Amino acid sequence: DLDVTPIDPNLNTADKVYQTQDDLREGLAKIYAGFSVSGQQGPAGQGDLSGFDEGHSQYLRGLFVCQELPTEEVINGWNDGNLPKVSQMTWGDGNEFIRSFYYRAIYQVSLANEFIRQASRFVGQEGFERVPEFIAEARYLRAFSYWHALDLFGNGVPFVTEANEVGAFLPLPAGENARGPELYKYIESEALAIIGDNPEDNANVLPDAEAAVFGEADKAAAYMLLGKLYLNHAVYLGSEDNGEYQKGLQILQRLYDAGVYSLYTTDGPNYSAYEALFLADNQLTSNEIIWAFTFDGLNAKTFGGTTYIINASMGGAMDQTDYGTADAWGGNRTTPEFVDYFEVDSPNDGRALFFTEGQSKEIQNQDQFTEGYAVVKFKNKKQDGSDGSNLSEGFADTNFPVFRLADAYLMTAELEWRINGSISAASIGRINEIRTRGGASTVNSITDPKDFLLKERARELYWEGHRRTDLVRFGELVGDNYVWAFKGGIPSGTSVNSRYNLMPIPSTDVNANPNLKQNPGY
Amino acid sequence: QQAITGKVISGDDQQPIPGVNIVEKGTANGTITDFDGNYSMSVSGPDAILLFSFVGYQDTEQQVGSQTTMNISMATSVEELSEVVVIGYGSAKKEDLTGSVKAISASDFNQGSLNSPQELLNGKVPGVQITNSGGAPGANSTIRIRGGSSLSASNDPLIVIDGVPIDNNEIAGMANSLNTINPNDIETFTVLKDASATAIYGSRASNGVIMITTKKGTSGGISLDYNGTFSVNTVPKTIESLNSNQYRELMNTRFETTNPAVLDLLGDANTDWQDEILRTSVATDHNVSVGGEIAEFLPYRASVGYSLNDGILKTSQLKRWTGNINLNPKFFDDHLAVNISAKGMNIENRFADTGALNGAIGFDPTQVVRDPERFAPYGGYFAWAGSTGLPINIAPGNPLALLEQKLDKSTVNRFIGNIQLDYKFHFLPELRANLNLGTDRSKGGGNVIIDPQAAFDLGAFQNEGANKRYDEKKRNELLDFYLQYVHKFEGPDLNFDLMAGYSWQHFWNEKIETDVFGNGTIRNPELIQRSENFLVSFFGRLNLNLKNRYLLTATLRNDNSSRFAEGNREGVFPSLAFSWNIDQESFMGGSGTLSTAKIRAGYGITGQQDIGEDYGYLGIYTRGQETAQAIGYNPDGSPIFVSTLRPEGFDADLKWETTTTWNVGIDYGFKDDRFTGSLDLYLRTTDDLLNTIPIPAGSNLSNELLTNVGSLENRGIEFSFDANIIQNQDWFWSAGINFTYNVNEITKLTQVDDPSYKGVPTGGIAGGTGNNIQIHSVGYPAFSFFVWEQIYDENGNPIENAYVDRDGNGIINDDDKYRYKNSAPDVLMGVNTKVTYKNWDFSASGRASFGNYVYNNVNSDGAFYNKLQTNGQFTGNVTTNIYETNFVTPQYFSDYYVEDASYFRLDNIMIGYNFNNIFGGKWRARVYGTVNNVFVITGYDGLDPEVFDGIDNEVYPRPRTFMLGVNLGF
Repeated sequence: DLDVTPIDPNLNTADKVYQTQDDLREGLAKIYAGFSVSGQQGPAGQGDLSGFDEGHSQYLRGLFVCQELPTEEVINGWNDGNLPKVSQMTWGDGNEFIRSFYYRAIYQVSLANEFIRQASRFVGQEGFERVPEFIAEARYLRAFSYWHALDLFGNGVPFVTEANEVGAFLPLPAGENARGPELYKYIESEALAIIGDNPEDNANVLPDAEAAVFGEADKAAAYMLLGKLYLNHAVYLGSEDNGEYQKGLQILQRLYDAGVYSLYTTDGPNYSAYEALFLADNQLTSNEIIWAFTFDGLNAKTFGGTTYIINASMGGAMDQTDYGTADAWGGNRTTPEFVDYFEVDSPNDGRALFFTEGQSKEIQNQDQFTEGYAVVKFKNKKQDGSDGSNLSEGFADTNFPVFRLADAYLMTAELEWRINGSISAASIGRINEIRTRGGASTVNSITDPKDFLLKERARELYWEGHRRTDLVRFGELVGDNYVWAFKGGIPSGTSVNSRYNLMPIPSTDVNANPNLKQNPGY
Repeated sequence: QQAITGKVISGDDQQPIPGVNIVEKGTANGTITDFDGNYSMSVSGPDAILLFSFVGYQDTEQQVGSQTTMNISMATSVEELSEVVVIGYGSAKKEDLTGSVKAISASDFNQGSLNSPQELLNGKVPGVQITNSGGAPGANSTIRIRGGSSLSASNDPLIVIDGVPIDNNEIAGMANSLNTINPNDIETFTVLKDASATAIYGSRASNGVIMITTKKGTSGGISLDYNGTFSVNTVPKTIESLNSNQYRELMNTRFETTNPAVLDLLGDANTDWQDEILRTSVATDHNVSVGGEIAEFLPYRASVGYSLNDGILKTSQLKRWTGNINLNPKFFDDHLAVNISAKGMNIENRFADTGALNGAIGFDPTQVVRDPERFAPYGGYFAWAGSTGLPINIAPGNPLALLEQKLDKSTVNRFIGNIQLDYKFHFLPELRANLNLGTDRSKGGGNVIIDPQAAFDLGAFQNEGANKRYDEKKRNELLDFYLQYVHKFEGPDLNFDLMAGYSWQHFWNEKIETDVFGNGTIRNPELIQRSENFLVSFFGRLNLNLKNRYLLTATLRNDNSSRFAEGNREGVFPSLAFSWNIDQESFMGGSGTLSTAKIRAGYGITGQQDIGEDYGYLGIYTRGQETAQAIGYNPDGSPIFVSTLRPEGFDADLKWETTTTWNVGIDYGFKDDRFTGSLDLYLRTTDDLLNTIPIPAGSNLSNELLTNVGSLENRGIEFSFDANIIQNQDWFWSAGINFTYNVNEITKLTQVDDPSYKGVPTGGIAGGTGNNIQIHSVGYPAFSFFVWEQIYDENGNPIENAYVDRDGNGIINDDDKYRYKNSAPDVLMGVNTKVTYKNWDFSASGRASFGNYVYNNVNSDGAFYNKLQTNGQFTGNVTTNIYETNFVTPQYFSDYYVEDASYFRLDNIMIGYNFNNIFGGKWRARVYGTVNNVFVITGYDGLDPEVFDGIDNEVYPRPRTFMLGVNLGF
């Protein structure tokens, strides 16, 4: 009687759960779903993490909070605990909103490690031919989350691989210092291995670009990950090395050489080509979207994800049903400084998707939704104007483009500028492709590449989870050179300490794991 | 037929004794003495034997013979104390006990309309703290015996009803598992406190054991009892939030210049939302029991109870039927004693959404409650809606709508039954075999129906309402068998008593949940959960009693639980105790003052395995529901859904938590035990604590995990004193007082050996997400508050965001928090008194608690200016605490909110009158009135200082109850 096995139809033990290749596919699916839903029951109920509001602990929502709220692209008005401090860049090591993303990112790593361990048992067996590719995908997803951890929390985050069995132990940090090469090198070598570039380790190779179904990782996604890594290497490593920038140019060139990507340029009767990238059926723009977190209002319900991005941006005089949702959470708007990237620097730009009726441009009160323009970039509407699958509950179908071609174009231009001090004519041509597609005027020459690139990235890529990384790379997140509403906590904005370039390792984990060292200044 | 009269007097003081029970043995023929101790009755003849009995006196028998007058002098009873006390797998005479055991019988119970059986005991036993979770009908009560011995595993005592250890976890649809038992059917509670008493229950005994014995049939004639009550529940106190005038004034001051648009949101009503959702309610309770003996071999007792209790929060209601049958036949010249017991219960609950309580505190008082025209789409209830008329999902719901547009009803049935066969061997009557087969089955289920017009639930509002259905089934099966051998060695005057047994228990449960919208759309996919665990045990006990002076008890239990992996599965739990009845010593013989003196010393190890998880040591995978799938898209844009498999975090080395208890105590009595009491000192150390801790990120498949880590200690003193102050013909006055002093300290938390390790955060609060206000740290009590030290201005008001920078580094972060007080009281006190004068009686009982602190989460999350409006979309109210703090943003971690919540509560007063001469004395009748929750004296600012976990948010106010009751019987 004492040797029990679960009698619950939904539970199984590890040694019994994996019988076929399809079972393994479901294990891999959990890692993908980890970016979209918060647990095994949508939208909430069997959360992956405990101790948090489940909706908030969702991956994309946490990423959005960490990457967008501290920047000029978003201001959030909710009074939930220490959330206002994220917008103000006055967070501490106990901030629950930062903490939840930290655990979520490392959780993805743990899931991938467990999957790789289990799946490895089947490699070479008949009927399990796709398993090496599954493992490559898991390695990609692990490297991807490690990149987020590196970007937000630095090189000192706990480092675990499939070699670390599940148990009670104290993971060592990837490296001794907050800035350093260890985690960077690991992510690079993993990404190179799964695109087949590492001859000693090419057992697991990703499908070719566009050979995977939309939502699954392919080589192009790994190229983009490497591109991001090389572009930001000076931040991660603490010093600049033109060789790394060159590697960035080369890897993005391989993306272009794959020959399967192009900007999505089909304007529809209801929405422009640019808007179509952020609609409920944006899988139809897969010629531009390289990799996305996928969502579905009925089959992947969450209070995070694009549901959060859309619903949190609804409020005031807006009719949320115009955007395909019944829910209006009234939290996220944008700052006047961001609005000026369009109004002042690029007037009549079709990418300026604001809702201004009843909204003031200026912000005096952080917690007043009608202060600051509302942003209606993401919608739960399809190209034909119909609603997403779950209007009534307000859960969105809209996929979240993690990497897309327009970003690659801007990255290439920036790499060129960082190597040569100027942007090539070919890149200016690509930038004009982006601008034309977006409904903006073309540029002939770029006199101040730094200023232009920083603003153009905002104009093209706002609310897509890149902004904090970009501002850090350009040296403009902290200090007083660049201020915006409520930076530092006051309406006109003020300087903040340079420690905010990195987020603190949550005090709970510094407590639980004495091998970890808190980031400088916290 | 023979007539007989006489007078009964006390052998002690020669005074007549009224109310003495007189029965002709073997018949139903009997009477009682009048006020002057006189009686008269007729008996069958000279062979008749009369049995005289009265509380506090020894039973006296006398054959009638040829007498017509028979005067009796009754001796006061020391034996009265030698009541038989139910212990684990058997019973013992009180004077033979070696452990810390306290029995409370029906006459000592708290009286009145009580929420739960637990409360019958409240304040009566030192070392036992009982806190109900609020005033909801049928609310659960938490029992703590000698402080909590665990951190994350259950701290609830094991509850054994008529020999069946029950599943103490709640079942869906019923908050309080003990509600199965009708308080009127309970004969005694026996509280086993120290390890020498509890260790026979091994792995479930760390938090003490409460044995409940129900009333049994008696020999003799038929008796019938009726007990009925009628109560009125009133609201004793509400939270002070701003009234509409204060609110308008504050809103104007705050927003007139900065953000006048907000003022447009205000309404023109004056609503006290707490008044709107609370009410004065009524409750009634009826019980009938019948007992007797059929055919002189089958004693029986059967009872039926019905109660109906409306809560003071509108719409809450509890309806309960209970039935109880006990049959105790004996066979083969009393060699085989059979005890058949069956208890059934049916409860119908209507739950009120307690979210309405906090909702009412924070709801804009200028808004109208209802306006059938303006708010027609929402059923007439005021609702916050956007420009489209769609309700704003993140806005608070109308508190009254939360109650009236939500029908949350459940039905629970439970059956506890057992058959106990006790056989004394014919060839060796000193050897006894006992077989106990028992079962505890329950079935609970209910529906939560949301009105199609309910604005507080956007999904339901959009989809013609919603209906969530849940069902839970639980089964617990028990087989116990033991042999007991008792032999008296006359030479050395040694009583030898050895018992050994085997126990098998199986727990099984199943939960099914469906959730559909009114239009048929599935809201949440069907959820099925099943789980089970087994417990297999061997146990034994040796009692040695030398000359009735020196007593030794040794017990041993071997438990095997399926909740742990092989290798960790087995636990051995020994105990040893010794006691010395000094009063039996010859050198004490002459002492008239000291009537009882017993010294006890005991040691034992107990365990804990109630960890809430049946497969915590197994690496298991959970399949995702269809609402939480991974999605890919084909090139044509059509979706591919893939269900997911999630590996769960686990600790393969999960094992027992063990508690080692040392206990020394004395029981004393003076003046023929007119004054009695006991004093106990104990030390309890728990090792391998089961604790849910934030684990190092990356080390497992979760961020928090239940694991064995650390040790903690409880040290305490318990003292009780009971006195029969006045005892004479007309007057009887007794009073009791008890004290408990307990100190809890965590001595080890060795996930890491690091002096800078702060500890394990715990105690989630309302406000933000994942915020904890308490911490378990080495060297401090468990659940210590972990807060920043508030800085105050010269007027003594707290300054926002100003905290003492304890490490002086210029940054206020986690390193500046300190451990400040905790929620467990240092000292608990219980007092009770009882006065009878002729046919009148009066009793009162109360409790005091000192040194318990409470985090006022109602204020910390309910009094800051940012709460006044959200996004310009809706407004909210604050508590009057705002005038003291003037906080703009929440200051959750300020020690300002940690308040001393010491209190004295007068739980209960009762006054009653007994009619004992109805129908020639054949009928008994009694009427009484009680007041429950009479008053509370405290310095705490919140609603009620009695908050079990020390975090005060959303407490259902405990009603003040006025009750009238009547008892009838013959």
